[in-house]
Amino acid sequence: MKVGDATIRSRMAGLDLPDVGEPAFVRPPTLAEATVAVVTSAGLQRPGDDIWKQGDQSFRQFNASERDLTLSHVSNNFDRSGFVADLNVVYPLDRLDELATEGVIGAVSSTHLSFMGALDETMSTLRHDTGPAAAEVLKEAGTDVVLLTPV
Amino acid sequence: MSTLAHVFEQCGLSTVVLASVRENAEQLEPPRALFCEFPLGRPLGKPRDAAFQRGVLNAALELLEETEGPVLRDFPEIIHDSTEEPLVCRLPPRENTSAPPAVDEARGLIKAYRRSAEQSGRTLVGRALQPEDVPRGLEAFLAIADGTPWKEVGLAGHPLQWSRDITSYYEEAAAALSDHVPAARAAESWLYHHTEAGKVLIAARRALKAAEEPFWFFLVPSTQDP
Repeated sequence: MKVGDATIRSRMAGLDLPDVGEPAFVRPPTLAEATVAVVTSAGLQRPGDDIWKQGDQSFRQFNASERDLTLSHVSNNFDRSGFVADLNVVYPLDRLDELATEGVIGAVSSTHLSFMGALDETMSTLRHDTGPAAAEVLKEAGTDVVLLTPV
Repeated sequence: MSTLAHVFEQCGLSTVVLASVRENAEQLEPPRALFCEFPLGRPLGKPRDAAFQRGVLNAALELLEETEGPVLRDFPEIIHDSTEEPLVCRLPPRENTSAPPAVDEARGLIKAYRRSAEQSGRTLVGRALQPEDVPRGLEAFLAIADGTPWKEVGLAGHPLQWSRDITSYYEEAAAALSDHVPAARAAESWLYHHTEAGKVLIAARRALKAAEEPFWFFLVPSTQDP
């Protein structure tokens, strides 16, 4: 019998998935010249902000220096103790700073985003509205490459 | 995340996904995905291990050198969760034996909780309950377990928010009591198998199911009370 994450992974593997349309493949600049952003589905927020609600397909913006962040994702089917101990295990901004300092990447984007996962299978708002809007926010910040981290 | 990767690429950004469910990545075919079989909730694998996290990032960023996609690669190291290995930590002794055991237990954990919050600089408690409200939240769940409708227990917010706050309070206190970052789900399993609060939450979940409350299933992680 599967327990823990194996159970959840089996359940997620059986979910209906959205139609993602015609795929694109965008070649980035060389890594040493690329500006990199993190986008997570962890449901991050600033302490005291409104908590995330079930089905919310919006996104929230954080600047590159913010580390005082918490998480209010509605699902309880993932571990939170790692995040409490180390933000970077979900949102690796300190690691990106190191890569930029060493010249491995060109720069860390000035803006990073959080959505919240566990959405309905159509994800229609995200695909047609908030997702493209989020891309514009990132492009305005000069982002070339997005690292997507789930929980 | 794979869906969002497609949206972003269609808008002109390059993406790489740290995929957590391989089957979903196979079906959705995001342009670049690194499947990381790590505990859910820890996409970079290991908290407070910068070298490991760098290894994951390097493997992900390497995919950006591919000239065509989709590309799906597996990170070579697997990390399992510890649902079946509950954290071992000693609970503070009972102080008020006339109080319900779960309520007294929660009161006794406040120092450990505060130590954890101070050490990590972060807490997930506060959706609906503040740390000092956690014993009151357990009183509410005791009433629910005894058949009181949840809207009549006299607590603001929603049972799902209360349960998340109680869970976070216990897990964060457990990190301080055990003096290390618990393996994934180890603190969760400790809560549901070795504490009075865990018994109360499971009893309340079953009462909410019997009362046909539509949210009952989500009160407790389904892996802890199938």
